[in-house]
Amino acid sequence: MWAIYKRELKSYFYSPLAYIMTGVYTFILSLYFSGHITAAAGPTQLLFGAIIYNLNIMLAFMMPILTMKVIADEKRNGTEVLLMTSPNSVPRIVFGKYLAAFTVFVAMAAITAMYPIIIAIFGKLNVASMITSYLGYILCGALFVAFGVFTSSLTESPIVSAVIGALSLFFIWIIDFFSTALRTWVPIVYDIAKWISFYSRFLFFVQGKIGLKDFVYFFSLTALFLALAMIRVEKKRWSRG
Amino acid sequence: MIEVLNLTKSYGLIKAVQDLNFTVNKGEILGFLGPNGAGKSTTMNMITGYLPSTSGTVKVNGYDVSVEPHEVKKRIGYLPEHPPLYTDLTVQEYLDFVSELKKVDRKKRKSQVSDIMELVKISDVRNRLINHLSKGYRQRVGLAQALIGNPEVLILDEPTVGLDPTQIIEVRKLIKALGKDHTIILSSHIMQEISAVCERVIIINKGKIVAIDTPENIAKSVESAAMYSVRIDGPEDKVIKALKEIVGVRNVKENGKVEGVTEYLVETDKDIDLRKPIFFEMAKHGYPILEIKTVSLNLEEAFLKIVSKDPSQIEKDNRENGEESINSEENANNEESVNSEEESEEIQKEEGDE
Repeated sequence: MWAIYKRELKSYFYSPLAYIMTGVYTFILSLYFSGHITAAAGPTQLLFGAIIYNLNIMLAFMMPILTMKVIADEKRNGTEVLLMTSPNSVPRIVFGKYLAAFTVFVAMAAITAMYPIIIAIFGKLNVASMITSYLGYILCGALFVAFGVFTSSLTESPIVSAVIGALSLFFIWIIDFFSTALRTWVPIVYDIAKWISFYSRFLFFVQGKIGLKDFVYFFSLTALFLALAMIRVEKKRWSRG
Repeated sequence: MIEVLNLTKSYGLIKAVQDLNFTVNKGEILGFLGPNGAGKSTTMNMITGYLPSTSGTVKVNGYDVSVEPHEVKKRIGYLPEHPPLYTDLTVQEYLDFVSELKKVDRKKRKSQVSDIMELVKISDVRNRLINHLSKGYRQRVGLAQALIGNPEVLILDEPTVGLDPTQIIEVRKLIKALGKDHTIILSSHIMQEISAVCERVIIINKGKIVAIDTPENIAKSVESAAMYSVRIDGPEDKVIKALKEIVGVRNVKENGKVEGVTEYLVETDKDIDLRKPIFFEMAKHGYPILEIKTVSLNLEEAFLKIVSKDPSQIEKDNRENGEESINSEENANNEESVNSEEESEEIQKEEGDE
C-alpha cells in the first residue's frame, strides 16, 4: 500500500497538474480574500470560514481533476497488470491511491492557512471558528477525493472521469442552491437535498455547529465511494477481455 | 511447478480458452505458440491471477491461484504483452517501486535492483525517464520488472516483439540463461523463437491445445510428410486408385487441372522416394506422367493449414500424424533477417541515447 502511495504522490509532483491547480486555487482564493478586505468599511472581523465555504464549489471541480487519472490511467497504460499481479489486494491498492490524492489535497489546504495568519496579524482571528471550518473543509475534501477516485474507476478516460466527477458534484450544489426555493411547495425535495448536500453540512461546520451526524455522513460517504471504487476495480477483472 | 487443469475462459458464448491441460516442470522453459488471438495472453493472464478463470484451476507450486492468489503472485514474475511501465518515473525509481510493491526485503532491494539492471543491460539508462526510452529499452525494463523479487516462475508474453534483430538475439540468450534457475513460460507466434529457446512447446489455436511436444519433434513432423505433385493423363478415379495401391502412399488428393490434365497431390511418409514407384505403376496402367515434382510444405503453409482447420479436426489429425508447426507471414521475413544476423557477428548496437 505504501509503495503505491509513494509512487502516486511522486507522480502528482512530477506532473505540472498539481502545481497548476494549487496555483489557480490559491490565486482565486486570494482575489476573493483581498476583495473582501478592501470592500470592508472600517475594522471588521473577517470570518475565514466564509471564504472557503463560498469557494467550496471550486474544490468540487478541482478534486475530480486531481483524481481523474488514479485508476483510469492504470488501465490505459497497462500498468494495472503490474499492480494486480503483485501480492497486494485491491482494497490496499485503491486505498493507497486515495491516500496519495488526499495528501495532495491536504497540501493544498495547508496553503490556505496564510489567510487566517494574515487575518490574525492585521485583525482579530476567531480561532474556534477557524478550526471548525478547517475540520469541515478537510472532511469535505476527503469526500470529494473519494468520489473522484470512484469516478476514475468508472472509465478508462481520465477526462471523462473528471467530467463525470465535476458535473455530479456541481449537480448536487445546484440542487442545494435551488432547494431553498422549493422549500415551501415541495418540502420533500428540500429534505432530500439537505440530506445529500455536503455543502449545507459543510456550512454547519463553518457556523461552528459540529454534530455527530455530520461526521457520520462524511465518513460513511467517503467509505462508500472508496468501497464502490474497489468493487468496480475487482468487477472489471471479471468482465475484462 | 505449474499445473493447469481444465482451464477455460469464456466471454458470454465465446470461449477464449477451452479446457487447457498441461504441466510445467521445475526449471523448464515452455513455449506457447499460436497465432494472434489464439488465447495465449488470456491463458497467461489467468496463470498470473490477473484474470479469473471461468472454470478450471491453475496451481503454482501447489498453491491454487483462485484460493491463495498472494502465494502465487509472490512466485511469479510477469511480463505482459505491453510492459506495465510508469513512464513518468526513471528506470531506477520504477524498479525501486516494483521491488517495494513485490515486498522485497528492504535490505536486499538496492543490490537486487542494480544486479537486475546489470543483467538486462539497462544500467546506463537508470536515471532516464522511461518515457524517453526506445521500445527496446522499455521491453528490457519490463523484463527487469518481471525479475524483481527473484520469482521462481517467469511468464513472458511475447518478450521479443518490437525489438530489432540484435536485441531479439540478446533477449533470447538472456531467457535461456534465466532458464537455468527459473521455470519459464514464454509465448510467441514465431516458430523459430520457440525452437531456439524452449525445451517443450504447446501449440494453441482458437483457445485449444493443438500439440504439446519438444520443438525437435514438432519440427520433424513438419518435414515428416513428403508430398509430390504429379500430373497424370488418365481417368481420375482409376489413377487415384492406382496411386493408392503404391506402397508408402498415405493419401492422394486432386489438385485442379493444368492444361486439361489433372494434377494430384500424393502424400507419403518421409524417407521414401516415391518417384520411381509412381513411374512404374503408371507405366503399367498406361497413364503417361507429364510432370512429377516434390512439394515442400513450408512453415507458412503449415500455419495456414492448421489455422483453417476446425479444432476437432486438428485434434484428430494430431493423434494420427503428430504435429505441425506454424508460422505467420510477417514473421517469416523477420526471421530471415534474424538468422542472417545470427550467422554474421553479433553487433552490440546501442540504441539512440538521448
